[in-house]
Amino acid sequence: MRKWVPALIPALVAGVFANQAVAGEITVKVTIPQINTAEYHRPYVAIWIEKPDQSVQNNLAVWYSQKKTDKGEQSDKWLKDLRQWWRKSGREQSLPMDGITGATKAVGEHAMTFVEGKAPLANLPAGQYNIAVEAAREKGGREVVRVPFTWPVKKVEQAKASGQQELGNIAIELKP
Amino acid sequence: MKKIITLVSLALGIGASVAHAHGVWIAPSSTILSAPQFVTFDAASSSVPFMIDHRPLVIDLLTISAPDGSKVTPVNVMKGELRTVFDAKLEQQGTYRLELLRSGFRASWKDAEDKPKRFMGTAEALAKEVPSDAKDLKVTETDSRMENFVTVGKPTVLKTTGKGLELIAATHPNDLVTGEPVEFTFLVDGKPTEGVEVAIIRSQTRYRNSTEEKTYKTDKNGQLKVTLSEAGMYWLDADFKDNKVSNKVAKERTLAYVVTFEVLPQ
Repeated sequence: MRKWVPALIPALVAGVFANQAVAGEITVKVTIPQINTAEYHRPYVAIWIEKPDQSVQNNLAVWYSQKKTDKGEQSDKWLKDLRQWWRKSGREQSLPMDGITGATKAVGEHAMTFVEGKAPLANLPAGQYNIAVEAAREKGGREVVRVPFTWPVKKVEQAKASGQQELGNIAIELKP
Repeated sequence: MKKIITLVSLALGIGASVAHAHGVWIAPSSTILSAPQFVTFDAASSSVPFMIDHRPLVIDLLTISAPDGSKVTPVNVMKGELRTVFDAKLEQQGTYRLELLRSGFRASWKDAEDKPKRFMGTAEALAKEVPSDAKDLKVTETDSRMENFVTVGKPTVLKTTGKGLELIAATHPNDLVTGEPVEFTFLVDGKPTEGVEVAIIRSQTRYRNSTEEKTYKTDKNGQLKVTLSEAGMYWLDADFKDNKVSNKVAKERTLAYVVTFEVLPQ
């Protein structure tokens, strides 16, 4: 009930009834780079919205292997290697997280669109944020890339940053 | 002349070992886990922390407490020439605490031929073995606590016992990262205490020219602030002396606290 009321009031004031066209949205494009190595494993990746104090506002996606290994070990054993995400949010969560966790992804660009008012973006308070993307790869390295943005979105905007090792381009598109 | 020098250096050596529980350490293979699993530990006393070059640590008095307070028995215990090894299966969510408490009495004196003698043990054994009228007799009560923490999932808030020398870290010891200041409060019998001497050494001293040991003293609130700029396994040793002895045979009590913690890069 508590969550309902604040969500409803701005919508009523604006005289808009669940009109998708006015809901702000963020598209995040994450490129997993091709890495030439004898033994390649897809990276574990966490994507979240970070507040200026580096705490986690919202988790957007976490890709990891949810299968048991040959030895019967749970694969969340390696989630701690996404060490910043693990420290700031992961260890607080009960996994898997509905609508957020998913399987690891192949090399290439992966685009996800998050819409205001809908999980996992929900109602993002106005402010300065980063889209943070962290990747950790078995027998490989670990990297975090951040792309800053301001919410709410006033006009269509794009921003980009690039990883050096474990991540390629991280591009975001903002639409009001 | 040579003999005198030997004797002097020996005496100095004894003095140093009383003041510092130097080089005693337990190092876990992991401190932060995202799923229940085995962790393995090395335990030794050595010239410099984490260097396996002297003696294995006797772990008979070691206890491993699970987050719910139950005890975990170490398995695959191997006492080697240079180090002790043991494993522990960590199955619960939260912080596991390893604790090694040692207390007793130390005496040093000179026998009839002026040879230095030493004793370590209980007050009762001391009364039997050490002549109370011995020359240059010095008796000290010792009380030391060694700790280690490993967390599965979310860290648990740590409690202190109110006995001996203890540490409260404002940041949980399994939550330390480079560049973020940490505030340590040292308690003696449960009270924040000024003048506790603290030394911190980062591991892998073999690969640098200096141990880069950092020393601190707690302020009037029993606190000190540290920013660790480099990632790695760290050894912290705290020492304090007072006269709150449990048995009048000793005039002085020396308290020691040792903890190993890991600092991760941001």
